[in-house]
Amino acid sequence: MTTRFFGAPVKRNEDRKLLTGQALFIDDVELPGMLHAAFLRSHAAHARIKRIDVSRALQRPGVVAVYTADDYGAYWQPGPLLVPPPPIPRSIFNLRTQVPLAKDKVRHVGEPLAVVVAESRYIAEDALDDIDVDLEPLPAVIDLEAALRPGSALVHDDLGSNVSAHVHQSKGDYRAAAAKAHLVIKRRFAYEHGIASTIETRGVVAHWEARSQHMTIWDTTQAPVFVRNGLAAVLGLGERQVRVIAPFVGGGFGPKIMMFYPEEVALPWISMRLNRPVKWIEDRLEHFFATTHERGQIHDAEIAVTRDGRILGVKDVFLHDGGAYDPYGLTVPINSQCTLLGPYVVPSYDSTFTAVFTNLPIVTPYRGAGRQHGVFVMERLLDLAAHELNIDPAEIRRRNLIPADAFPYKNGIIYQDFSQLEYDSGNYEPVLDQTLQAIGYAEFKQEQEKLRAQGRHVGIGVACYVEGTGIGPYEGAKVQVQANGKVSVATGIGTQGQGHFTSFAQIAADQLGVDVTDVEIVTGDTDQFYWGAGTFASRGAVVAGNAVNEASRAVRQKALKLASDAFECAEEDLVLADGKISIVGIPEKFLSLGELAKRANPMRGAVKPGTEPGLESTQYFGPPSGATANGVHAMIVEVDPDTFDLKILKYVVVHDCGTVINPLILEGQIHGGVAQGIGNAFYEKLVFDDQGQLLNASLADYLLPTALEVPRMELGHTVTPSPLNPMGIKGAGEAGAIPVGPLFAQAIEDALQLKEKNVELLEIPLSPSRIFDLIKASEP
Amino acid sequence: MQPDRHEISISVNGTAYRRSVESRTLLSDFLRHDLLLAGTHVGCEHGVCGACTVLLDGAPIRSCLMLAVQANGHELSTIEGLASDSGELSPVQRAMHEHHGLQCGYCTPGILMTMTAFLKQNPSPSEEKVREALSGNLCRCTGYQHIVDAVMAAAQAMRAAAP
Repeated sequence: MTTRFFGAPVKRNEDRKLLTGQALFIDDVELPGMLHAAFLRSHAAHARIKRIDVSRALQRPGVVAVYTADDYGAYWQPGPLLVPPPPIPRSIFNLRTQVPLAKDKVRHVGEPLAVVVAESRYIAEDALDDIDVDLEPLPAVIDLEAALRPGSALVHDDLGSNVSAHVHQSKGDYRAAAAKAHLVIKRRFAYEHGIASTIETRGVVAHWEARSQHMTIWDTTQAPVFVRNGLAAVLGLGERQVRVIAPFVGGGFGPKIMMFYPEEVALPWISMRLNRPVKWIEDRLEHFFATTHERGQIHDAEIAVTRDGRILGVKDVFLHDGGAYDPYGLTVPINSQCTLLGPYVVPSYDSTFTAVFTNLPIVTPYRGAGRQHGVFVMERLLDLAAHELNIDPAEIRRRNLIPADAFPYKNGIIYQDFSQLEYDSGNYEPVLDQTLQAIGYAEFKQEQEKLRAQGRHVGIGVACYVEGTGIGPYEGAKVQVQANGKVSVATGIGTQGQGHFTSFAQIAADQLGVDVTDVEIVTGDTDQFYWGAGTFASRGAVVAGNAVNEASRAVRQKALKLASDAFECAEEDLVLADGKISIVGIPEKFLSLGELAKRANPMRGAVKPGTEPGLESTQYFGPPSGATANGVHAMIVEVDPDTFDLKILKYVVVHDCGTVINPLILEGQIHGGVAQGIGNAFYEKLVFDDQGQLLNASLADYLLPTALEVPRMELGHTVTPSPLNPMGIKGAGEAGAIPVGPLFAQAIEDALQLKEKNVELLEIPLSPSRIFDLIKASEP
Repeated sequence: MQPDRHEISISVNGTAYRRSVESRTLLSDFLRHDLLLAGTHVGCEHGVCGACTVLLDGAPIRSCLMLAVQANGHELSTIEGLASDSGELSPVQRAMHEHHGLQCGYCTPGILMTMTAFLKQNPSPSEEKVREALSGNLCRCTGYQHIVDAVMAAAQAMRAAAP
């Protein structure tokens, strides 16, 4: 195989459709006779449902039907557990999953109570106002610590407490480590992650065709195969009767993999009942509480270090806000627990968390998926230790990095994918070196004195992280050469902008000797590819990418075999390039791949035993465990001492995600991740009052970073291939977003010399007003 | 109550349309669901994200903040009209492709329309000016850097091609 496309900054195949307005997104699906749904949502966070009267709504012209939980009958079932808890001894996990429409009780603002179906969305929304609802308010469970005190109101009455989960993992003997430590630092940290806020909200279109007894569902999901399997089961249909299409999806970042959202359950059922297609598109207000969040954790953490700054151990006890239901099991807090360890040698670790039910929207993974929380705690502990020990923050990190000869590195605890947390490969110190070089670390320290003398408040931050990526179970790909010579590649994952139409095409094009533009990728259509899991955990390129490679290689073998039979020569004497197979040295003697595809499907003459018709292969790839990527971010900021507004003067990311398929796409992934990290660190905050009302549910009040807040970034790469897959790939989707919180805290502390004011930044998100408050509070 | 309806005439990308619309129909909904020009996207319906930006008589507006009746008698340009009839991409479209200025592509139509109007007014913008002009369009995927690069490159290409 000659590599012409793999590793090259190939421009994207999918761009043209998107640039000309021709790509099909969910709300572009228009079907004859289509109805429109709107959901009545709870305005209370916690209340008993006394009465829902829909009779007036039904009288409104254009309204076709209105349904409440009672109408669902046996169809009303709580959603499935998506990820069972890992087998960690003595763990507690109380499963309470979301319901399709609230019955008896509402548990968060925005939980749907009823659905109106009408001839237009405008009429459906009018009719929401016609529904008479009587809710008896109950005390809302909002504060994590209060939720666990005796006498607290209960989110799930039958449970007797608000504990969703309780997990303890440890290695080594932390107590002994702390006893012999030169220094133990203990602090409370609060880290809140916000919402993904994709620019396209969610949507579902369901179309039941009674004559063919077939259901087609268009869904903005990251996991179409799981959605098909689950919905077929609850609808009482065979899986072959249900086709789920995830069309072009306008951003995912995690929440679009949650299932089943109440709307996903409602629409197919309505379509079957009314025998008409029906559409629901989430509006932005709904998105703020009907789509899942990531939110807060409170960590009481301590680090034990030697005099020269070497880590002896870390202890952490934390609370995790899980929201009203826990369909995603332990994924987010387990990620926090595991990712805290970072790229460092931590001989002893003692970590306990309690996940708490609250009357707030459901928490599921959002880009980083709890990793940020853990990384924040570890990086801040190291900063505090560095300050106490008078060691440079970059230097204390260097002293603790896992050495290059220690891989594969066993961490001695269990990860979200059920396997032991083991770093497959890595070489961390060069990444740190390259980052410090690129940011100009040493030079800046001198420059800073000069700038301070001029009255300018500039500071620097450096933060490290590792990211578990590319977890199983598996993905597959079907590669087929068509009679026109074009190659079709179908996989089961969905795509939300990651460039799969290009990166997968690069892999197939190299194996099959065709141009990258002659490879057509199909993703997210369960009729095109039946099996798979989905796009999450930075796994698309790793898992589906390797399946594409395996299937392409198998097709290549088939084509060569067929040509060797046709030319009556050995396969070694053939060359596959430019879409054709020729005999070495005789380029005029060739068969095109399209011609070979036709010959592989003969009209006369049997297909020989042991062979199959067509130039086609389906292969699967399942890694034994996740591949670990790593990186370092560094940033120089200038802070306005009066307003505490800040300007990022320089931002550097050096990253190792193994072998790179497409550096252009990789850059885009890192840029986008950092932008979300910046939003998380300094701009985005979900503000709830003590009644569980979200006070800033609009994009005018919940601040996504714009082109003015996100700086130009300078990227660098090192390559340590993963031994866990033949291509050596590691995932890259989430890396950019992970270490930005501690970077901001460190750089702002440095810029404002907050240590001298006894102010420590131990929480995220920060903001100008929050920094003002913290400084004010510290003043005598 | 029967909703009131109005006859309107609108030109979109040079094609004249006559339709009857309800007073309350948003221009964005009218373009997408009545005219089936679904390339204009809707992200927030409150005028912040910029995804629904179209040109009204050459100036960028948020089609989610305007009623279809208000566009009566006006000329609109949408993303479907940016490339030439033969399919040749406009300089901004081409530069977005060259510089990987889009990922999921959902905000892209609004960005293309905003930047097309911006470059007409500002043929030689600084990066700072581009960022300022772009700041009314939210993108959640790209971190903006490649979009800024694309707009700068498009400006240069347009200057080079200018007679």
